Amino acid sequence: MKRVIESKAVAGQSPNYLLAKLQDLVDWAVNSSRANSLWPMPFGTACCAIEFMATAASRYDFARFGMERQAFSPRQADVLICAGRLPFKLAPVIRRIYDQMPQPKWVISMGACASTGGIFDNYAMVQGIDTIVPVDVYVPGCPPRPEGLLYGVLLLHKKIKGESLFDRVPRRDEQPLDDRGLRLPPEQIDEISEPFGNSIHQFRSA
Amino acid sequence: MSKRTVELQLATPGADARGQPLRVPLGVAEPPDVAAEHMLINIGPQHPATHGVLRLVVELDGETVVRVIPHLGYLHSGFEKLGEYRHYNQIIPLTDRTDYLSPMANNVGFALAAERLMGIAITPRCTVLRVIACEMSRIISHMVWLGTTSIDLGAFTPFLWAFQERERIYNLQEMWTGARLTTSVTRVGGMMADVPDDFVAGLRHFTQTFPKTLSEIDRVLTRNGVWVGRTQGVGVLTAAEAINHSLSGPMLRASGVAYDVRKDKPYLDYETYDFDVVVGEHGDVYDRYLVRLEECSQSNRILQQALDRLPDGPVNIADPRVILPPKSRAMNDMEAMIYHFKQVMEGVKAPVGEAYVGIENPKGELGTYLVSDGTAKPVRWRIRPPSFINLAALPKMAAGHLLSDLIAINASVDIVMGEVDR
Amino acid sequence: MNPSVDALRATFGPAIGRALESCGDTIVYVGRDALLDVMAWLRDTPQQTYDYLVDITAVEYRDRERPLEVVYNLRSLTRRADLRVKVELDPQGDLTVDSVVSLWRGADWLEREVYDMFGIPFRGHPDLRRILMWETYAEGYPLRKDFPLRGRFSRAEQVRQALAAQPEAHYSLEELSIAEAYEELPADMKERLRHGERGRLPDSE
Repeated sequence: MKRVIESKAVAGQSPNYLLAKLQDLVDWAVNSSRANSLWPMPFGTACCAIEFMATAASRYDFARFGMERQAFSPRQADVLICAGRLPFKLAPVIRRIYDQMPQPKWVISMGACASTGGIFDNYAMVQGIDTIVPVDVYVPGCPPRPEGLLYGVLLLHKKIKGESLFDRVPRRDEQPLDDRGLRLPPEQIDEISEPFGNSIHQFRSA
Repeated sequence: MSKRTVELQLATPGADARGQPLRVPLGVAEPPDVAAEHMLINIGPQHPATHGVLRLVVELDGETVVRVIPHLGYLHSGFEKLGEYRHYNQIIPLTDRTDYLSPMANNVGFALAAERLMGIAITPRCTVLRVIACEMSRIISHMVWLGTTSIDLGAFTPFLWAFQERERIYNLQEMWTGARLTTSVTRVGGMMADVPDDFVAGLRHFTQTFPKTLSEIDRVLTRNGVWVGRTQGVGVLTAAEAINHSLSGPMLRASGVAYDVRKDKPYLDYETYDFDVVVGEHGDVYDRYLVRLEECSQSNRILQQALDRLPDGPVNIADPRVILPPKSRAMNDMEAMIYHFKQVMEGVKAPVGEAYVGIENPKGELGTYLVSDGTAKPVRWRIRPPSFINLAALPKMAAGHLLSDLIAINASVDIVMGEVDR
Repeated sequence: MNPSVDALRATFGPAIGRALESCGDTIVYVGRDALLDVMAWLRDTPQQTYDYLVDITAVEYRDRERPLEVVYNLRSLTRRADLRVKVELDPQGDLTVDSVVSLWRGADWLEREVYDMFGIPFRGHPDLRRILMWETYAEGYPLRKDFPLRGRFSRAEQVRQALAAQPEAHYSLEELSIAEAYEELPADMKERLRHGERGRLPDSE
């Protein structure tokens, strides 16, 4: 707790010493409760979902980290774990499920396909779910080992413990899609979806 | 990139002139009769019990399913299009990700098709190793099926037991290939690597202890009143219907058709192994459960025989134009380095022709149809997906059952959406 | 060479094109107009009995001169024989082919997928709509060779169109007719549903 207080630069913190200490106590209590009982919404699509299930099974068991109850209803979930590749057909579904989650909510993008599109740089695949929903933690791997996913969860815990109730963060407001129907400006989407490596050739299939 | 909009003709008039979907209002003329009105509910695509991103639109009369209309495509990843832009060995990692519950079997299926296309005969050691890979995949796939089906029907503990067995196979897979799930274990003409020293002993230990877990699961489920009540007589398909719907694998065999690709069109010397084909009688969910449970025992039997007969010798063929030469030779010998360079940069060219090889995947007959025009990248890579074709029989099986039976029937089809949607 | 080829030539004559063998499989080309008759003959004739449809797919070659092929993989479970039947289509012309759903129910979704990926409509198919892409997908038919790997639209446009799709929209004729479905059900099924009876499938159609 001491280290967190020393490193935080909170905008809404009171100049009064006792009040600031009280605010830190409240933050510590709230953030610990949130971080230590994150109920995941497993948006499992493909191979990463199997590693997610393996992380939930008895060998790696993420119930030890507070994720005891997998909330399959978004209304009761804290963190949306997108485990697996996301095709364009599934894009409105994940956006709707993200919108249905109540605040505070976080998103873990598990695996290479959810983070950047992975090996599927083609007509059918969303090149990273961050073009659709804001992401807090990216877990690389194809699929990430259960230990990798657990590390991602612990990173999210650390991120949550660095937040403050008194610091007005835009992420805690609902951010619907803009009037173009996108989350990011189109130039930014095109820029982060640019091809590289094997994907550069579109027609040279021989 | 220029944006050209394409006029699309819908084959059925699902939308009106403005492109809005047609909706038919319920109960328009007369006051709605609640007893006669049917409910239309939507299951999925995000749902714990659909085994992936499958959407089922269900028309219900009370609790009874009148019709179920599956919608797919929520995991369509463009595999077949990607395959046209990749060399044959570059497609192997793609095959891991279609049926991700049994990745090594997919690798083997593709490698067999590419080798038939190129006219390559693999070494005896490679043949036995591939049988080991296929049967290990069968066990882990059926363990996932068992675990998730019992969760769907309310039994949570077999899920943990099954996944613990999977972890032991995952250890072996990781020992061999370095990866737990996306193994990419085969190459055209051989395997990515030979098995390490502890692998045979580890797998033998597994085959000795696995029957105990199977018998535990059997004891908990097979004569359990709840299990039997929820699965017997549910989702019946007769043999003629199963053949007409092109089903394969345990779905076909549970309906009484004794067709197993390993016995009827043998590959990898399966005719020399001693195992039984498990055939059901009634074609309901209970029979499919029994077939898959017994298939795990048969796979265990095959694994023991394969371990006993594993011959020494090279695992890859000796042709350096097809298989990468060993790194020590490639770094020291000019000719070997040139072969390595040509294979990596240009890929291995297949002769003009086409080949179809079907293998007995845990889900059914996994076919790989490769068409080549003489270049290093296939003209067409078609995956004949057993789960896709098995799922098409769902509306037929589920009509007239209760909603909870629909979940059991859906679970019994053993689908993996990566293969259904590719 | 599978002996069915000779039997086909004897029965259908000029409708059967060339036959060849590739990697152990027999391939026979059939004219588009004779397809349904040939398939029915292959399924029903006692010496042929190709009762199992393995797969339906299509192939477009990189060489633009070559025609588009629709490929049917047939199998006889009793005789343990395989046959591959192909129909050639002009890529610039009319791509319509007869549907074989009336012969093998497994052809239902397989033909829908060929329609979705190649744009080949199947005449006589009960519910021909896209299966893997969404119904209003506007970029074209993905597995055609003139369709680029990453699609025709820019990534931002693809995201925008994907997010604008309505996930719950109904397009199938079955779903659209559900409001009237109860009236159209056969009387005995209505009776059974009213009495809460379970799980009796109607006799196969």
